[in-house]
Amino acid sequence: MIPAAFDYTVPGSLDEAIDALRDGGEDAKLLAGGHSLVPLMKLRLAAPTLLVDLRRVPGLHGIERQNGSWRIGAMTRHAELQDRHDDLGVVAHAAAGIADQQVRNRGTIGGSLAHGDSASDLPTILLTLEGTVTAMGPDGAREIAAADLFQDYLTTSLDPLEIITEVRMPAMDGWGHGYQKFTRRAEDWAMVGVAAVVRKNDDGTVAEARIGLTNMGSTPLRATAAEEALVGQPLTAEAIAAAAGHAADGTNPPADRNASEDYKRHLACVLTGRALREAAGLA
Amino acid sequence: MSTTVPVQVTVNGQARNVQVEPRQLLVHLLRDQLGLTGTHVGCDTSNCGACTVHVDGQSCKSCTVLAVQVDGAEITTIEGLGQEGNLHPLQEAFWNNHGLQCGYCTPGMIMAAADLLQRNPDPSEDEVRHGLEGNLCRCTGYHNIVKSVLDAAGKLNVTQVGA
Ligand SMILES: Cc1cc2nc3c(=O)[nH]c(=O)nc-3n(C[C@H](O)[C@H](O)[C@H](O)COP(=O)(O)OP(=O)(O)OC[C@H]3O[C@@H](n4cnc5c(N)ncnc54)[C@H](O)[C@@H]3O)c2cc1C
Ligand code: FES
Ligand code: FES
Repeated sequence: MIPAAFDYTVPGSLDEAIDALRDGGEDAKLLAGGHSLVPLMKLRLAAPTLLVDLRRVPGLHGIERQNGSWRIGAMTRHAELQDRHDDLGVVAHAAAGIADQQVRNRGTIGGSLAHGDSASDLPTILLTLEGTVTAMGPDGAREIAAADLFQDYLTTSLDPLEIITEVRMPAMDGWGHGYQKFTRRAEDWAMVGVAAVVRKNDDGTVAEARIGLTNMGSTPLRATAAEEALVGQPLTAEAIAAAAGHAADGTNPPADRNASEDYKRHLACVLTGRALREAAGLA
Repeated sequence: MSTTVPVQVTVNGQARNVQVEPRQLLVHLLRDQLGLTGTHVGCDTSNCGACTVHVDGQSCKSCTVLAVQVDGAEITTIEGLGQEGNLHPLQEAFWNNHGLQCGYCTPGMIMAAADLLQRNPDPSEDEVRHGLEGNLCRCTGYHNIVKSVLDAAGKLNVTQVGA
């Protein structure tokens, strides 16, 4: 199986990449790690006429801490995030569970967020941490909040001529975190995934809780009812169980060949309990 | 759109200059143009790992990488890991522990295991099983594959301590 024919260019700067996209017309596409795009091209579900490979554009790599948040270059690979389990917290945790090592060695955070698959793990993490992406286009750069980025199935608010250059996520110092992903087979996308981050008050009660859901809708979602149920409660197994029961409130998950809608709702509650217990150190 | 472009790669230590169509997959460059048929194609859907090779020292599925993406890179295939008479400890361990039956998955298993041992030189059995989740075997039930990797890890560690 091979893709349909296309032209290929490797620009040496962001400006050149934007020009190439513009000149290439509506069927030109950016190429990062290729691990969402190339499988689609092999199946001929995507047939771009031009690929603009970002691998030689400078400044798109690396992980740096700046003013209480992480700045992660768009071309940073999942494996680099996975290796930072000592300081990147839930980001590293979720990255380590993506597919398999071979995929993690190639796939990038920018590609994952731009692809906007609600079954993917990093979009949920960005939404849960309330991070942002910086997108560079012909008219300059703009910052897009996670909640505004993901619009629908495989659809983001990026303009076709915009390139994600970096991702920002708050460092979440002092927060507990968990990520739980349920798959039928190793290497699969999440049937359902849940990210939880929790900050406690001095008296041990929950000051703030954020819970993100993978594959429970057309975009990553926040389980706001469960979040609200936890605030002010002690972080005990009982309080967690009560809050987790609300994880699927208001969701309308897509059924697929592996899971019915009801089963996914059930999974969301169970996994939210596990992710919160992990975040609370009770796992 | 079918014009070819030049790609320079170092494959198993040897510099190679080739012309490829942009849509050429790395696995087809290796097998069809360079004659390195040790790298297998088992699925075409990026699941089985039979096509695993190293690009700049890291494992990847060569059926999911375009040849143009590896311009300037160093590739190692199973042929470059060791040679007859001078096998890599992983190759030796798969042989000694019956880590294969039909052998179709073996080159990919070994290349994935080499990445695993470089990331984690002293893995537990559980870590080996997780570390090889991108590779499928239809024959062995994985038991002897895991045994082979653990055996190789032990031998590699002894070599390093002795070195
Ligand atoms: C077998 C397999 C299993 C997988 N399992 C999982 C999983 O469990 N969880 C998970 O999260 N993911 C999974 N993935 C997807 C993987 O994580 C991809 O690597 C990732 O989703 C896309 O990143 P990429 O760099 O490969 O992007 P590409 O495939 O190169 O690009 C994806 C899309 O984003 C666009 N794009 C890329 N970079 C940018 C940018 N900087 N700015 C704007 N647009 C851009 C491209 O034009 C394209 O439309 C799996 C992939 C495979 C092959
Ligand atoms: S042939 Fe590449 S993963 Fe199966
Ligand atoms: S030995 Fe036959 S597929 Fe693994």
